[in-house]
Amino acid sequence: MADVAFQQGAVSGAARTAKRSSLRRALKRKSSAAFLMTLPLILLIGVLVIYPALYSLHLATLNKSMAKFVGFGNFEFLFKRETFWLVVKQSCIFAISAVIFKALIGFIVAHFVHNVPANKQRKWRGMLLVPWVIPPAMSTLAWLWLFDPSYSAFNYTLSFFGIGPIPWTGDAMWARFSVILVNVWYGAPFFMIMYLAALKSVPEQLYEAAAIDGANWWQRIWYVTLPMMRNIIAITTLFSLIVTFANFDIVRILTAGGPLDHTHIFATWAFRVGIEGSDIPLGASVSLFMVPILAVAAIFILRDVSKRGNEA
Amino acid sequence: MSTVTIDKAGPTRQVKYGSMSRDRAWALRWSYFFLTLFAIFSLVPPIYMLITSLKSSAEISAATNPWWVFHPTLENYTGLLTSNQFLRFFWNSAWVSIIVVTITMLISVPAAFALSRMKFWGSATLATGVFLTYLIPDSLLFIPLFKMFAVIGDWTGIQLVNRWYVLLFIYPTLTVPFCTWIMIGYFASIPKELDEAAIIDGASWFQTLTRIFIPVALPGLIAATIFAFTVSWAQFLYPLVFTTSTDQLVLPVGIITTLIKGDVFNWGQIMTGALLGAAPPLIIYAFLMDYYIAGLTAGATKG
Repeated sequence: MADVAFQQGAVSGAARTAKRSSLRRALKRKSSAAFLMTLPLILLIGVLVIYPALYSLHLATLNKSMAKFVGFGNFEFLFKRETFWLVVKQSCIFAISAVIFKALIGFIVAHFVHNVPANKQRKWRGMLLVPWVIPPAMSTLAWLWLFDPSYSAFNYTLSFFGIGPIPWTGDAMWARFSVILVNVWYGAPFFMIMYLAALKSVPEQLYEAAAIDGANWWQRIWYVTLPMMRNIIAITTLFSLIVTFANFDIVRILTAGGPLDHTHIFATWAFRVGIEGSDIPLGASVSLFMVPILAVAAIFILRDVSKRGNEA
Repeated sequence: MSTVTIDKAGPTRQVKYGSMSRDRAWALRWSYFFLTLFAIFSLVPPIYMLITSLKSSAEISAATNPWWVFHPTLENYTGLLTSNQFLRFFWNSAWVSIIVVTITMLISVPAAFALSRMKFWGSATLATGVFLTYLIPDSLLFIPLFKMFAVIGDWTGIQLVNRWYVLLFIYPTLTVPFCTWIMIGYFASIPKELDEAAIIDGASWFQTLTRIFIPVALPGLIAATIFAFTVSWAQFLYPLVFTTSTDQLVLPVGIITTLIKGDVFNWGQIMTGALLGAAPPLIIYAFLMDYYIAGLTAGATKG
């Protein structure tokens, strides 16, 4: 980004030589004003986003005391550790299943909200979006308390149905389920809102035409709703995939990676190794494993966004 | 919406009209039923926070019905709101969020204006770059940023790690890209004739921005402000990494590190703290829901 800006400066410098033309002068004034207006943005992104991103590549090649260059030593070390593969597996399970459930629930709930009369939609939408509004660190505390081993409100309720105490965060499988459940609870409203906006933009005539052709509800969804919402579904899912993959708060507070590292995902394990274990290079190496997935998702999002830009 | 569809299709199929409207009525009933279920699912944690916050610790450990308060008390609230430590967290959070919102707006509004109106060489690339930066998550950057600020501290002697104001440098990386991106969308939707008229009348670029763009795009500005505030208020990873002394903590980290002492969970106070921490975003949301939703959908729908 910074290169772009500097070349921009060069262009305005060249324009200075032809000062006589008033048009040129106006152009120069405009571009240098524009440059000044974007300068803080460029500096911020360059110094606090791009530089640290490259710096973490450098950090990943150092040893624990950060005095010696070890090349791919950290990665070789990671590949040999069982916990690392556990983290890779859990990150994929966590992100993929959470995103699928968020998308499904969001889609279904958006339809229900869309079904009720327009004047009542606001109230329902308002209630259903509450999980997204509460800071996740705060709401996860409430979930932690609902899951509490000895005073669990869920187990209290379930005991009336004869369902025995469930070790929500104590057992590996249940802990995995719990972190996904909380993530779905937190993220589904976002999908709901996006899909609701998309549903409202589907032209009514398409449904009329489908109804005249005798389409049932399933055919209406499959042949009208889904194709019309394709773009928004793709973008929302990819967005959410990035955010869920990089999630930290929920897992950190709910299980802190336990029991026995079974719910660690990249971000929480990088924190455990890099900050708590003060092995910064190893932590940086762990978090770098998020990059490929993020990059793939970002490329697809960018393609969709620029495609829409061309249509407009 | 679809009700209309069926009614319009109705006259062509007189016979089926009755059964289809009955289907509609049932569909509506089922919609309400499931919406109620989902609303319960959504609201259980916050309601449970409220219930627990009204209980004394004796009632919590008595293991009575967790869903009911038998002896409501405000002792958790008075306990927290008179504790200097908790108020300190609250003020730290408030200061950080307010200053970050200001910084964000000062950076992203002019930048969005320049990127959407003053087309210069590389402006399209820069706009895409801003969007890509928004996709880089905090959990990728916290380790290099932590090391960076530690190194700056060693070199210059300016100690930024473990000071609440270090967050003022870091939070804008989360808020500025998104706010710039949605402001570009809002500015781009303003008709070109408006600013051309202003330029012809002799307005400078700065005047065009303050007199035309900011008033016209005010809803977008409000949405971006709400977003920036919510993000800085809720951020958990960066303060957890960068601040450790109890007088430097912001609310979410403060509650988790000070109210949980070893294995002793004072749940009444934790839930009260969590509820008070969730209150500012919830209050903003209650009053400005439409702006909130506009900001939420703008990120992905404005191109």
